[in-house]
Amino acid sequence: MRYGMAIDTRKCVGCADCVVACQTENNIPIGYTRDWIAELNEGTYPNLHLEIRSERCNHCENTPCVRTCPTGASHIILGGIVKVTHEECIGCGACIQSCPYDARYMHPDGYVDKCTFCDHRVANGQEPACVSVCPTHCMYFGDLDDPNSEVSKVVAANKIKTLAPEAGTKPQIFYLV
Amino acid sequence: MREELITSGRMNLNIDPVLHIWHWQIPVYLFLGGLAAGLLFFAAYYTIIGKEKKFTTAVKFAPVLAPVAIILGLIALLLDLKHPAYFWQLYTTVHLESPMSWGAWVLMFIMPISMLWVASYFKEIFPKFDINQNIVGKMLKKVIVKNDNKEGANWDWKFEIIRKFEINFIKNRKPVAWVMLILAVILGVYTGILLSAFNARPLWNSSILGPLFLTSGLSTAAATIMWMSDNHEEKRTFSKIDLMLIVIELFLITHLFMGFLAGSEAKVQAAQYFLGGEFTVTFWINVVIIGLIVPAILETLELLKFKLPVMVPAAMILWGGMIFRFIMVEAGQVTRFLY
Ligand code: SF4
Ligand code: SF4
Repeated sequence: MRYGMAIDTRKCVGCADCVVACQTENNIPIGYTRDWIAELNEGTYPNLHLEIRSERCNHCENTPCVRTCPTGASHIILGGIVKVTHEECIGCGACIQSCPYDARYMHPDGYVDKCTFCDHRVANGQEPACVSVCPTHCMYFGDLDDPNSEVSKVVAANKIKTLAPEAGTKPQIFYLV
Repeated sequence: MREELITSGRMNLNIDPVLHIWHWQIPVYLFLGGLAAGLLFFAAYYTIIGKEKKFTTAVKFAPVLAPVAIILGLIALLLDLKHPAYFWQLYTTVHLESPMSWGAWVLMFIMPISMLWVASYFKEIFPKFDINQNIVGKMLKKVIVKNDNKEGANWDWKFEIIRKFEINFIKNRKPVAWVMLILAVILGVYTGILLSAFNARPLWNSSILGPLFLTSGLSTAAATIMWMSDNHEEKRTFSKIDLMLIVIELFLITHLFMGFLAGSEAKVQAAQYFLGGEFTVTFWINVVIIGLIVPAILETLELLKFKLPVMVPAAMILWGGMIFRFIMVEAGQVTRFLY
């Protein structure tokens, strides 16, 4: 099993509902966030192109953040979800330095926090909070190893890209472009 | 035009707008680690080649600073942790892929060895140390030493086991020096590898950083020994060593930037910070001119028999080494792949 996401940049309107849903669902301290919206403006008038993306930890296949963690607090659970055990984290910041997406942050309580793909919801058969609230249904979550899952089909049928592939982390969030 | 930015207002503390999760603690830790590694390296090296009589400062006196530097470095590291109370978690596992982890372990091993090394020379360094006179002596007398006039000194260890251990340690200095030499090299390289393990920061993503930090650490140590020594010949030798290290360092720095300029876009941008960008002036003035070129000139003049206070180039080299680490840590966090 390999959890992953497909996000349709052509449907995303940048409303940031996913950001708020995550903050509520996961009790994120005020002023912090696990997901965010990025905009890419490209081209010269009149050939302008706008791409809006909802971004978070990519739950990479090749995880520098897990490798550089000295205590083993950063680890990978079933389905390839990258998690942090708060009680084992010493707050050294090594994993933050090693993430090319700056997807991690230091929780005010002294441990590192990041997107968990809402594994507590996924375990109950629900979708991550961000996916479930998206008003344009631009996000797909599921098992990338299963060719019949919705996310696999969407990834197979569309032109896709990942973020900063040159960083070599093999992201598991695919953007439809 | 190409513009990429975060529009939902991500403002995670110390992550945005630019990453700044490591502050002064890590450069200080790297500097002290490199210095300690260099001091222990020279002590071990001159013991192994059997020149401890000639290079007394390098072998006996300067290593006193090593455990002090290591302890201060560890304190700096501890201050960097956002949850220092869980610090012991570093020592519950060994993660060879994590430089933070094996660095912590190397320090754990090198600290007792360096302390024993220094302690084993204690009687030689302070032959006239009078335990009845000062506070330190009185404190030691209560715990570990006794008043017993055996071999010249007016004191000896209180416990037989320590006495035996000391004799054995002194007999086996050479094998101990070998272990120390290897650990010192690992520690020196580690201070560079710690950064180069982070591929996500284009500036740190270079295999030159390991040797560069090792050379820089050795050169700060050579400068310290040069400064402390009052033996003319030893001073000259370390002046020469320092000169050689400076040349290697300049070569590695050139190599580092050429590598960046030949690399991917993110790396070219990283190099631009030093070639016209934000860090240009600080880097070239403090690290290259004050820290390398001027001391190199002063040392050459000295070798040509001009009389100069050795303190000047030594202090400059130490300054340059320190600033070098500050800039590398600071600038590395600014360089990134996205946005
Ligand atoms: S996005 Fe960053 S934190 Fe998430 S798995 Fe990849 S490297 Fe780790
Ligand atoms: S901050 Fe925590 S999770 Fe990150 S590398 Fe250090 S110990 Fe591991």
